[in-house]
Amino acid sequence: MNQPPAAAGPSSSELRELALSEAEYRTAVALLGRAPNRLELGMLGALWSEHCSYKTSRPLLRQLPSAGPRVVQGPGENAGVVDLGGDLLCCFKIESHNHPSAVEPVQGAATGVGGILRDVFAMGARPVALLDGIRFGELDEPAQRHRFARVVEGIGWYGNCIGVPTVGGETYFDSPYRHNCLVNAMCVGLARGDQLARAVASGPGNPVLLVGADTGRDGIHGATFASMQLGKGAGDRRPAVQVGNPFLEKCLLEACLELTSDPDLIGLQDCGAAGLTSSCAEMAHRGGVGIEIAVDRVSRRERDMTPYEVMLSESQERMVLVPRRGSEERFQAAFQRWGLHSDVVGWVLEESVFRITDRGHQVASLPISVLVSGFPERSPQSRPPEVRSVTPADPLSLAPPWPVAEAWRRLLSSPNCGDTRWIWRQYDHQVGDDTVLGPGADAAVLRLRGRRDGLAMTVDSAHRSAGLDPRRATAIGVAEALRNLACVGAEPLALTNCLNFGDPDQPEVMWQLKEAVAGLAEAARELGVPVVSGNVSLYNQFDGKGIPPTPTLGMVGLVADLERRLGAGFVEAGDLLALLGPAGAGPQGVELGGSEYQRLAHGTLAGSAPELDLAAEARSAAAVREAAARSLLRSAHDCSLGGLAVTLAESAVLGGLGARIRAPLPPPPNPPPGWVHGALFGETQGRYLISLRPDQLAAAQALFAEYRAPFAVLGEVGGGKVAVEGLAEIELAEAQASLAGAIPSRMERAARAGR
Amino acid sequence: MTVCFGIVVFPGTWSDRDCVHAVELAGAEATLLWHADRDLRGADIVVLPGGFSYGDYLRTGAIARFAPIMEAVREHAWDGGPVLGICNGFQILCEAGLLPGALLRNDSLQFRCQPTWLRVDTHSTPFLVGCHPGSTLRVPVSHGEGRFYADAKTLAQLNSEGRVALRYSESDGQLTPDANPNGSLENIAGILNEQGNVLGMMPHPERACEELLGSADGLQLFSSAIQALAARAG
Repeated sequence: MNQPPAAAGPSSSELRELALSEAEYRTAVALLGRAPNRLELGMLGALWSEHCSYKTSRPLLRQLPSAGPRVVQGPGENAGVVDLGGDLLCCFKIESHNHPSAVEPVQGAATGVGGILRDVFAMGARPVALLDGIRFGELDEPAQRHRFARVVEGIGWYGNCIGVPTVGGETYFDSPYRHNCLVNAMCVGLARGDQLARAVASGPGNPVLLVGADTGRDGIHGATFASMQLGKGAGDRRPAVQVGNPFLEKCLLEACLELTSDPDLIGLQDCGAAGLTSSCAEMAHRGGVGIEIAVDRVSRRERDMTPYEVMLSESQERMVLVPRRGSEERFQAAFQRWGLHSDVVGWVLEESVFRITDRGHQVASLPISVLVSGFPERSPQSRPPEVRSVTPADPLSLAPPWPVAEAWRRLLSSPNCGDTRWIWRQYDHQVGDDTVLGPGADAAVLRLRGRRDGLAMTVDSAHRSAGLDPRRATAIGVAEALRNLACVGAEPLALTNCLNFGDPDQPEVMWQLKEAVAGLAEAARELGVPVVSGNVSLYNQFDGKGIPPTPTLGMVGLVADLERRLGAGFVEAGDLLALLGPAGAGPQGVELGGSEYQRLAHGTLAGSAPELDLAAEARSAAAVREAAARSLLRSAHDCSLGGLAVTLAESAVLGGLGARIRAPLPPPPNPPPGWVHGALFGETQGRYLISLRPDQLAAAQALFAEYRAPFAVLGEVGGGKVAVEGLAEIELAEAQASLAGAIPSRMERAARAGR
Repeated sequence: MTVCFGIVVFPGTWSDRDCVHAVELAGAEATLLWHADRDLRGADIVVLPGGFSYGDYLRTGAIARFAPIMEAVREHAWDGGPVLGICNGFQILCEAGLLPGALLRNDSLQFRCQPTWLRVDTHSTPFLVGCHPGSTLRVPVSHGEGRFYADAKTLAQLNSEGRVALRYSESDGQLTPDANPNGSLENIAGILNEQGNVLGMMPHPERACEELLGSADGLQLFSSAIQALAARAG
């Protein structure tokens, strides 16, 4: 056997380009017993990048509970899988595409959608829904409007073209995201038990088939790019961004789904970050075998590509398959029917080694174990940030800049509270004929053919409170997802998560990450919702400054009976309005720390994150579900951004009916200046605004008492205004116009002015 | 007799399965017709569903018109067989010369997925024979290029021959700019060929066949066609 040509040691700038540290290079040399050549170094750099290896986050992620009676597949495959009963499986995952979207928003966002779709159909599941969590700087800035509009265009373009509905999501605008936008895409798929595929290679001599797009020079070093900070020259990284072809992916999707129940299919894997290198190494690792790839057999889009370029290309819309030897021509013919080209590019080896050849000559040979698990796990120093002295620390002690009604109007007109229709009317949210509740609902609901129950799903995240207390805020995100599911009558099944953070080599960021994972683990355990898949995006950092900690959570659940699902809008005048959940929280009864009101009114982030009682959250959610199942409720809406007053206005506008309530707490004897605003706009957790028929009150009260869920009637539905007695009222039409115009007024005014 | 709908599948078609579902709800049979085949397999009614046929990176439908199956669809249409083009199917029918006019990029320059009301302007087509002219249907649109355009002469001809089948309207049938989701000329949502057997429409009736999904009005197009065929056979 030829030894790969020895190489002179790489320079530190070469290592930096590969996102490898000097220490990691030395580890590689020690493990190999020799210096890697340039191709081998490139492969190591890609697989040892944070993006592929999770070398920093993996030790933390072990804390997350991932088992449960419904869990069929936890973390470790392309996506997690839960059992819906009746031989139906639900496969789902969320993933980030932040760095590419910051540099080239349309293609960055589009290929993010393309990538998560491939993760799901690589499991043998038909994608049935997409959701997304996106964040930008504030829309007053032209560059942010541009980036936001283009990301929405990219998400829409890919999903619309491939024919998978985008049914929900979450959007948030705040200045710390102005350099690092976040694009987290979630895909949910369905499969029968016998259709489930695994990303595994086995059986020495079996062929390795590469199908889909020809391989080009696009996306080389994409994985390492995603593992570095963005800097002023970030635009120069545009060649590291891939270009999407949703039509090609549609063909791949259909062809792969035709083949996943074929007994001769051994393994199926998406070719994502780090291209052929990562997909083949991971498949071989799972199967305890090796793989040989003959790069000269890989069809190319460009001339004179080197083995290095072929192995590290991130050209999109490619899949790797391992069929049983002798069946490859049948597989190739099936792909051909969909107009797809495929090549046998290699073979499974008995020895667990990744060997690359070019026209018969070996050009690289690395043990699979070194590639996939040889990297030293990292545990960078972690330290809580020094408490910055914001004076005063207690947001309730600040005098509000606006009277209550004016503050209410401003919140309703904030793009963070307002109607997101501007976004989702650009997304096909109905294709597939299963969308029962689409975007704009607390959670999306899809019917399951031939069944009474429905599949509910939501993407959520705590907002600014994560900057105050990442542990509690992450748990708040999980609780909010639980509440959103409960609001449509759904019981949670499992979680996926996307952890977006800054540079973990900064001790404060590492601390945030640790705290957030601990909060996620606590909440998932306490609420009994296992975490079955996830993704970590670090280095969301620009010129040394990171984004606030942003854990995005995706949760799926089941609505037992679709006929008894709930909506958020009021239904009939005369219905009673009630608050389910605590009347107050915090030492002064109301909380403003980390709220949207605090951001708008004071531009500060101070105080404490809202209190959270996970046991109470679990009881309230169960109570709402049970009340829905017994048809005791007319509507339910989670109280989140903007607090009770904004929630009230939203339910009123959705139902086209006004409402009048009283504040849930009487003011204390000497209230601090911000108290009344806190009562209306504070984001106290664990709350639902529900409406019910007066004749159901006694039954509802009894049920909620049984679950020990605090419950108080606050008012009733009806009239042409939304009002909080004695404090403020707004015409329903004005509330409607404010919510509806929150995003369009900023985007369209700008469009008229020529951006 | 059991009426059979042939649903044409291009590689980028995605409302094929939705159309099969709608046809089955209407009580008929559906068979999928592969774009590379040349045979309608005995289908009584042909549906060209929504999607992106061959990716539509060029003008929408511009490549699909050359698909082998389109020969058979043309012959079926020339023989008076009912053909329904939905969304991308409408675009393909225009490119194939089976319907006049063209579908341009929405005036918003953005994709639009939203419910619309459609006023039925004529029922002289198998697909609307069960509807009253002047009545309205709740059917969603979902497209980026749905702005109907035709030159003045063609438009006048369509109007005078009663070939505008559907227009975007308010729920009471009024034609307003607000009701028009894409800037189509005269709020046109769907048109007929001269014989009335070919209907092209941008909205998606197959998405409006069940109250559970928001509207069942679209089912009328499928059941009308079934009735019309049964009546002809009877």
